[in-house]
Amino acid sequence: MATAIAPVRSTRPGASPKRPRSSAPSGPTGGRWGTPVAYIIALVMCGITVAPVIYVILGGFRTTAQINSDPSGLPDPWVLEKYGAVFADPNFWTQFGNSTIVAVATTLGVVLLGVMAAFVIARYEFVGRGLLFSLFTAGLLFPLTVAVLPLFTMLRSFGLLGNLLAVIGPQIAFALPTTIIILVPFLRAIPAELEDAALIDGAGRFTFFWRVLLPLSWPGLVTVGVLAFVASWNAYLLPLLLLGNPATATLPVGVQYFSTAYSQDTAGVLAFTSIAMLPALLFFTLAQRRIVGGLTGAVKG
Amino acid sequence: MALSTMNTGPAVTAAGPVPTPDRPSAPARRRRQRSGGLLLIWVFVLPALLVYTTFVLVPVALAAVYSFFNWNGLGPLDRFIGVDNYARALQDPIFLGAMGHNFAIVALSLAVQGPLAIAIALLLNRRMRGRALIRTLIFVPYVLSEVVAGLAFRLMLPPGGPVDTFLTSLGWTGEKPLWLADPEVAFWTLFAVITWKYLGFAIILMLAGLQGVPEELSEAAAIDGASWWQTQRYITLPLLGPTIRIWAFLSMIGSLQLFDMVFILTGGGPLNATETMATYMVEYGNGRSQIGYGSAVAVILFVVSLVIALAYQRFVLRRDLRGAITRG
Repeated sequence: MATAIAPVRSTRPGASPKRPRSSAPSGPTGGRWGTPVAYIIALVMCGITVAPVIYVILGGFRTTAQINSDPSGLPDPWVLEKYGAVFADPNFWTQFGNSTIVAVATTLGVVLLGVMAAFVIARYEFVGRGLLFSLFTAGLLFPLTVAVLPLFTMLRSFGLLGNLLAVIGPQIAFALPTTIIILVPFLRAIPAELEDAALIDGAGRFTFFWRVLLPLSWPGLVTVGVLAFVASWNAYLLPLLLLGNPATATLPVGVQYFSTAYSQDTAGVLAFTSIAMLPALLFFTLAQRRIVGGLTGAVKG
Repeated sequence: MALSTMNTGPAVTAAGPVPTPDRPSAPARRRRQRSGGLLLIWVFVLPALLVYTTFVLVPVALAAVYSFFNWNGLGPLDRFIGVDNYARALQDPIFLGAMGHNFAIVALSLAVQGPLAIAIALLLNRRMRGRALIRTLIFVPYVLSEVVAGLAFRLMLPPGGPVDTFLTSLGWTGEKPLWLADPEVAFWTLFAVITWKYLGFAIILMLAGLQGVPEELSEAAAIDGASWWQTQRYITLPLLGPTIRIWAFLSMIGSLQLFDMVFILTGGGPLNATETMATYMVEYGNGRSQIGYGSAVAVILFVVSLVIALAYQRFVLRRDLRGAITRG
């Protein structure tokens, strides 16, 4: 994890323009037969990945009778009432609100705590620095599943069961290892000369952190933020055990609850499911470039 | 300076109070800056460390403690039973079966998803129309929650459901297996769904890794007369080594901790055919309030992950020392 992002990116533009096509007819970026095969594979892959999503979305526009008579048909006629019923369901809005609060709080918490810890780990020499870093990276080996039963008893004794804080705290804690691992090389790559210059100009280290380092590490922060947001939005086990009651739960728990409570209403379940998945999907699509860029940084080295 | 006292506001209030008085003389400033450095380290690290300790380290330690007790989660923790919980788990054929399923998924993921992801990434790693769209679509399953994905497949897989209809339209007119209800089949269905869910992540990771492979090397090889296949095999793949190894690590750990998807898709059934260590743990620890026993299962799960991770690290280190990159 030592190498930084910059060198990885910088190899790309220089590599693109002219290449000795004549001497390399079947170069790495596509032989004569390579391209059609690549398109076919891409098409098949995309079909497989997207088909269930389309099934769920379209299913919400059908009636259960339509679905039962022809499982894989198109909506005929299109009905909007299933989606309407979801939007009219107060439980849905509670769960939507809870999911949003939990995801936003988790994201802000993990980005703030993560960048602060990663900042000193990446840039300062002090006793116990290596130990600290190992301690955080060891978190990758502590799965949530191991901690979930003690978390349950612990938070129950605090009287926090059913409270959104019971989910936010552990989610921040369990997202910290990945966040710090991704951010440390990022922050290390920011030249020390910048810090010297800031200090000579009379800025304190806090000022440097706030005014120079944070803006420069923005892409990394977006990456870890999006990862944390999506993970939180999709989280199931923790809200299931710590929030319990569907009225106080988040969307994944609500979706699962809805699907068992109204299992005969297939179209309704599909409508609920597709609305529940849309925010993460949209959010991710908007931030997709950042994720891939951030992964490139984290993966190298 | 006004700059340093005023603009640090947000960071300072979030992290705790920090004195930043005026700076009188040069020597004094120097001294304070150094002690300020130590203070800064603590102010910056402490919040993360505190949260991490409270919600990760302490619960994991508590799980280890609980595992030696017969405890239902209520009342005093006073029925110490030594390693009985561990003995019970390791003698329970259902738990051993669950562990076997985890190992099978680890092995199958490495053997099937890895090569598949690498092959697809190599094929897609070229300038093509709609490249950004393709990548986004391939990544879609990874972004969906396990609950949504699991539910979608549960609704698609019943007998005569959309999947069966689709297979019939492809020409498979015969009797279809009971994808989720047949104990012989359910595990393979689960693995197929897991592959659907996580293959995209592997492909994107590999593509990201491929961006770090300088094109000049492949070009040089091509000039020297290497075929496309030879270039991939002897230049690109070895350079992709670090990415592959990180993916393999993430995949193994994820396979050992598999919970959500199984819980939604099959609940561990039918006849425990898809039980994993984590679903077993939740079933006993939470469902049956056997916190002590569930914790012992959690500790076993942790130890298994740790042993595999450490063994893997040794293996990876050895490989890296042998110079996977310089080979070929």
